[in-house]
Amino acid sequence: MIKNVIMFMIWYMVWIFLSWPPEPKDIIVGAVVSLFVILMTADMMDRCDSKADIIRLPVRLAWFACYALVFIWECLKANVDVAYRVIRPDLPIRPGTIKVKVDLKSDAGLTFLANSVTLTPGTTTVDLDAGKGFLYVHMLVLKRDGRSIKAIGRFQKILKRIFE
Amino acid sequence: MNETIGMVLVVTGLVFDFFGCLGLVRFPDVYNRLQASAKCITLGTCGILLGLICFKGFGATSVKAFLCLVFIILTAPVSAHALARAAYRSGVKPWSGTVEDEYSKDMDGIK
Amino acid sequence: MKRMRYFTGLAVIIIIAAVILYCPARSIIRWQSEFLGRAFLFLLLSASMCLYRVLRGPTAPDRAVAIDMLGILIVGFCAILCIPTGRDWYIDIGIAWALQSFIGIMALAKYLEGKDFDE
Repeated sequence: MIKNVIMFMIWYMVWIFLSWPPEPKDIIVGAVVSLFVILMTADMMDRCDSKADIIRLPVRLAWFACYALVFIWECLKANVDVAYRVIRPDLPIRPGTIKVKVDLKSDAGLTFLANSVTLTPGTTTVDLDAGKGFLYVHMLVLKRDGRSIKAIGRFQKILKRIFE
Repeated sequence: MNETIGMVLVVTGLVFDFFGCLGLVRFPDVYNRLQASAKCITLGTCGILLGLICFKGFGATSVKAFLCLVFIILTAPVSAHALARAAYRSGVKPWSGTVEDEYSKDMDGIK
Repeated sequence: MKRMRYFTGLAVIIIIAAVILYCPARSIIRWQSEFLGRAFLFLLLSASMCLYRVLRGPTAPDRAVAIDMLGILIVGFCAILCIPTGRDWYIDIGIAWALQSFIGIMALAKYLEGKDFDE
């Protein structure tokens, strides 16, 4: 129930921002539309199993800020790396697909991990085996214990603090 | 001052967009192309949107541009790995220079 | 042979970039801001490279990747058009385009995978 109320607030805020500056008609229509969306997705939200404890929320937000900083730094490094490989005449790539063990359990954490792996140096998530806990990763330059795999481990440590 | 920062951000975004498209043309197979373009074009478009925010200052347009930026960062990787998975499942062979391919072996085990 | 192709491509790109950077200000670009006009032309160069991949792509997933990237580039087009023309609704078009392109690409990926849409 409380999750649905929070989601209602989020959708309502998005609507208000999209129709900035808000007029009375926008406010009424936004409330109706957000309520409709919440009614349609209520059972989907009930199935998701994240805990909504208020006490640890500031700690989790602080870790999320830390995650964002690490993410932006890795993303910039990734882009410079790809640009360097693209403009070399002899294309220095050695591609391959390997599987990496992950021990995150929650769905949100796995989604964030897969997305950040896609935007970090030399790796793209291809598939996810949530049952056995394997992440299949396509690498531009395959190296089993290089910097890219270490970056995945670092993301995993931070995401574990946020979502579990 | 704001305009100068905006110009620098727009130029950065354009350069990364350009390298992403160059990767799309030069790399040898689908997975490498996806690799290069998903990263570079996402960051490049984010740079252009940040430049727009710097040009316009705080206001309605900037708020919308920021929402658009968050949306692109959240959805571009998702569509990228949906496409990578679809390419493997539809039977596109990896490039002949591929070193190792563990996904093709395990592909049928994962629903 | 490979080297020759590389240098031919490099020469073509350098010539186009030089034309974009050094063309007389009022001949192609009729906007208020000269810098943004040239930026727009440069983004058109990137988009035409995406279109080359759409035309030449040997397999269907290649074309799907190129179309996905073209969708993200068009959001950049909308953002750049927003600044010199002063019409703020261009960014609305950008948001709507990003949503539509994401849903379209997910449907295309499901189709390539050979699955039904109701999963």
